[in-house]
Amino acid sequence: MKKFNIIIYKIIITLLLTTGSLNSAEMTDPIKVDWSFKGITGTFDRASLQRGFQVYKEVCSSCHSMQYLSYRNLGEPGGPEFTEAEVKAIAASFEVTDGPDNQGEMFTRPGRPSDMFVSPHPNKEAAAAANGGAYPPDMSVLVKARKGGANYIYSVLVGYEDPPPGVTLDDGVYYNKYMIGNKIKMPNNLMDGLVEYADGTESTVDQMAKDVTTFLAWAAEPELEERHKTGVKVIIYLVLLTILVYLSMKKIWSRIDSEV
Amino acid sequence: MSEHEYVPKSKAAKWFNDRLPLLTLGAHLTDYPTPKNLNYWWTFGGILTFCLITQIVTGIVLAMHYVAHADLAFGSVEHIMRNVNYGWLIRYIHSNGASMFFLAVYIHIFRSLFYGSYKSPREIIWILGLLIYLLMMAAAFLGYVLPWGQMSFWGATVITNLFSAIPLVGESITTWLWGAYSVDNPTLNRFFSLHYLFPFLILGLVVLHIWALHIPGNNNPVGIDIKKPSKDTVPFHPYITIKDAFALLMFMIIFAGFVFFSPNILGHSDNYIPANPLVTPAHIVPEWYLLPFYAILRSVPDKLGGVILMFSAIFILFVLPWLDTSKVRSAVFRPIYRQFFWILVIDVLMLGYVGAMPAEGIYLVLARVGTIYYFLHFIVVLPVVGLLEKTDPIPMSISEPVITGGAEPSLARKLNEKV
Repeated sequence: MKKFNIIIYKIIITLLLTTGSLNSAEMTDPIKVDWSFKGITGTFDRASLQRGFQVYKEVCSSCHSMQYLSYRNLGEPGGPEFTEAEVKAIAASFEVTDGPDNQGEMFTRPGRPSDMFVSPHPNKEAAAAANGGAYPPDMSVLVKARKGGANYIYSVLVGYEDPPPGVTLDDGVYYNKYMIGNKIKMPNNLMDGLVEYADGTESTVDQMAKDVTTFLAWAAEPELEERHKTGVKVIIYLVLLTILVYLSMKKIWSRIDSEV
Repeated sequence: MSEHEYVPKSKAAKWFNDRLPLLTLGAHLTDYPTPKNLNYWWTFGGILTFCLITQIVTGIVLAMHYVAHADLAFGSVEHIMRNVNYGWLIRYIHSNGASMFFLAVYIHIFRSLFYGSYKSPREIIWILGLLIYLLMMAAAFLGYVLPWGQMSFWGATVITNLFSAIPLVGESITTWLWGAYSVDNPTLNRFFSLHYLFPFLILGLVVLHIWALHIPGNNNPVGIDIKKPSKDTVPFHPYITIKDAFALLMFMIIFAGFVFFSPNILGHSDNYIPANPLVTPAHIVPEWYLLPFYAILRSVPDKLGGVILMFSAIFILFVLPWLDTSKVRSAVFRPIYRQFFWILVIDVLMLGYVGAMPAEGIYLVLARVGTIYYFLHFIVVLPVVGLLEKTDPIPMSISEPVITGGAEPSLARKLNEKV
C-alpha cells in the first residue's frame, strides 16, 4: 500500500507544482446554439425531444446506457410527453430481466413504464470490452457532466473531420475538433437520412444532433421547465414582499430621528 | 441586558419564568439596545443565521433519501433529483446554500475587519466566529464529497493527503482518516457522519457567538463605545428585525436566482461524473470559497511548507486582535489603514482567482506575491500602521457630533449621514 501512497503523493505534487499541460490540449470552442431551453423562461421543444428520443433509441442506445431514467419519465410533464399508450408501447419494446421467480430463476419479460431504461451491456466492463476498451459513458446526466453542456455535446456530434496532415490516429480512434485532445473513440455514427422521423422532419446530421442533444439536456435536467416556472413565481413573490417590507421599515424608522 | 428587570404579566408566566427564565431571555432579545447607525453590512449576521438554518433543514431532508455508500451515493443523489418530490429544489437549495453561506460569511468577516469589530472588548466574539468559519469550511468540504462524483473523490484525496505531509506520523494519520488505504467506502461513511454533526456544533458556537456579542453589545460604523440604552440606540425589535428582514429578502432574491436559473454554475461539471479511482480529472479544483487558501497552498514548492502556510493563513486571524495596535476601531477614522484594507480585499480576490488557474507561469508568481502580501498585512502592516497612523478626530457619540481634538464639527455629522 506504500506504493499507492507514493502514487498519490506524486499526483499531488504534480497538481501542486505543475504546469498543467492539460490546458494546452487543442480544442475548438463549442458552437453556440440558440437552444429553446436557454434563459429564465426556456422550455424544451416537445417535437425535438420526441425526435431526439428516436435518435437515442435507434442509434445511441446500442452502446450508451441511461440508467437513471425510467420509461415513465417519457410521459411526464416537461419531457417528451409521449401519451400513456405510447410510453407503454415504448417500454414493452424492451426485454427486461426480472426475478428471481418462485423457482429462483431469473426471467425476461416485456418492459413496463416503471422500469429503468435497459442498458445495452450488463456492466461497465462488458461495455468497455465491446467498444475497444473505451467505456461509452452513461448519458443520464452527460449534459451536466461536460463543460459547455448542450453546446459541447452538439459540437462533438457534428465535429468529426479528417485529421489534419501530420496527425496519425490509432485504429478505432477518430478525429473530432471539439473533443478535448481532438481524439475520440466513438465513431461518427450520424449520417444524413439515418433515421426516419415519424413527424416527417428531414433527418440531416445537424437536425439529428440538435434533437438528440435536446433529449439529453432534458434527461439531465428533467425538472428544468418546472424549475424555470417556479423560479419566476418565487422571484416575483420575493420582490413584492421585499417592497412591502421596505415600506414597513421606512414607516417604523420614521418614528425616530435616524436614517435607515 | 439586565439593567431593567423583566416582570411577566400573568402568574403562570411568572411561575415558569422563575424556574426557567426563557421569558426574560425573550424580553432581552426584543429590547436589546442596538446602535441606531448600523448600516447594511451589519445585516449579514441575521442572514448567516438564516443560511445555517436553511442548510440544516434541507440537509435533514436530503439525509432521509441519500445513501452513504460508494456504490450507491451517486445514484441516490440522482434519485433525489428525479424521484423525490421537489428533491431537485431541496438539493439545489442545499448546494447553492453552501455558496451563499460563504458569500455572507466573507462579507461578515470583512465588515469586522473594516470597522474593527474584533478589537477589545470583542476578541472572544471574533475568535468564536473564526471557529465557526473553520467548522464551516470543514462541513462544506465533507458535504462536497458526499455526491461521490469525480471532484468529490479527488478533492477528498487531495485534502486528506495534506495530512501525510506531517513528518513521521503523516502516513498513519492519513490512513486513519480514510479508514482504508485510499479514499473509499469507509471514508464516505465517516464523512457523512461528520457532515451531519458539524452543523450542530456550528449552531452551538453561534449561540455562544451571539451570547458573547450581547455582553458588550454591537460595534457600530463609528466604532465608538456608546451608552446603552440611550439616544444612540434602538430596541432590537422592531427596528433591527425589520431592517434585517429587508436585507435578508434582497439576499434571498439573489439566492433564488442561482437556485432556479443557474443551479450548477458554482459547481464543477466533473462532479456529475461518478467517482472513478482510476481516472484523475485533468484539473482538480476546490469550490470557489476555498480557492484563496488553495492558491496559498500551491504557492509553496514544498508540500509540508504549503500545508503549514495554508493553515497559518487562517490561524493568524486568531491573534488579529493583538496584532492590530490601533486604539481606533473604525476604518472610517483611519485614513491609512483604510487603504490597506482595500488592498487586502483585492489581494484575497486575486488569490481566489489564481487558485482556480493552473499553478504555472504568471499565476504562480501572482500566487506567491499574493501570499506574501497576505501575511505582511497582518504581521507588519497592522502593527506598524496602528502605531504611526494619525487618525481622524472621533465623535463623542452617534447622536451628538461633538468632536474631540478640534477638527470640523461637521465631520461627525457627515459620517453619520453616510453610514
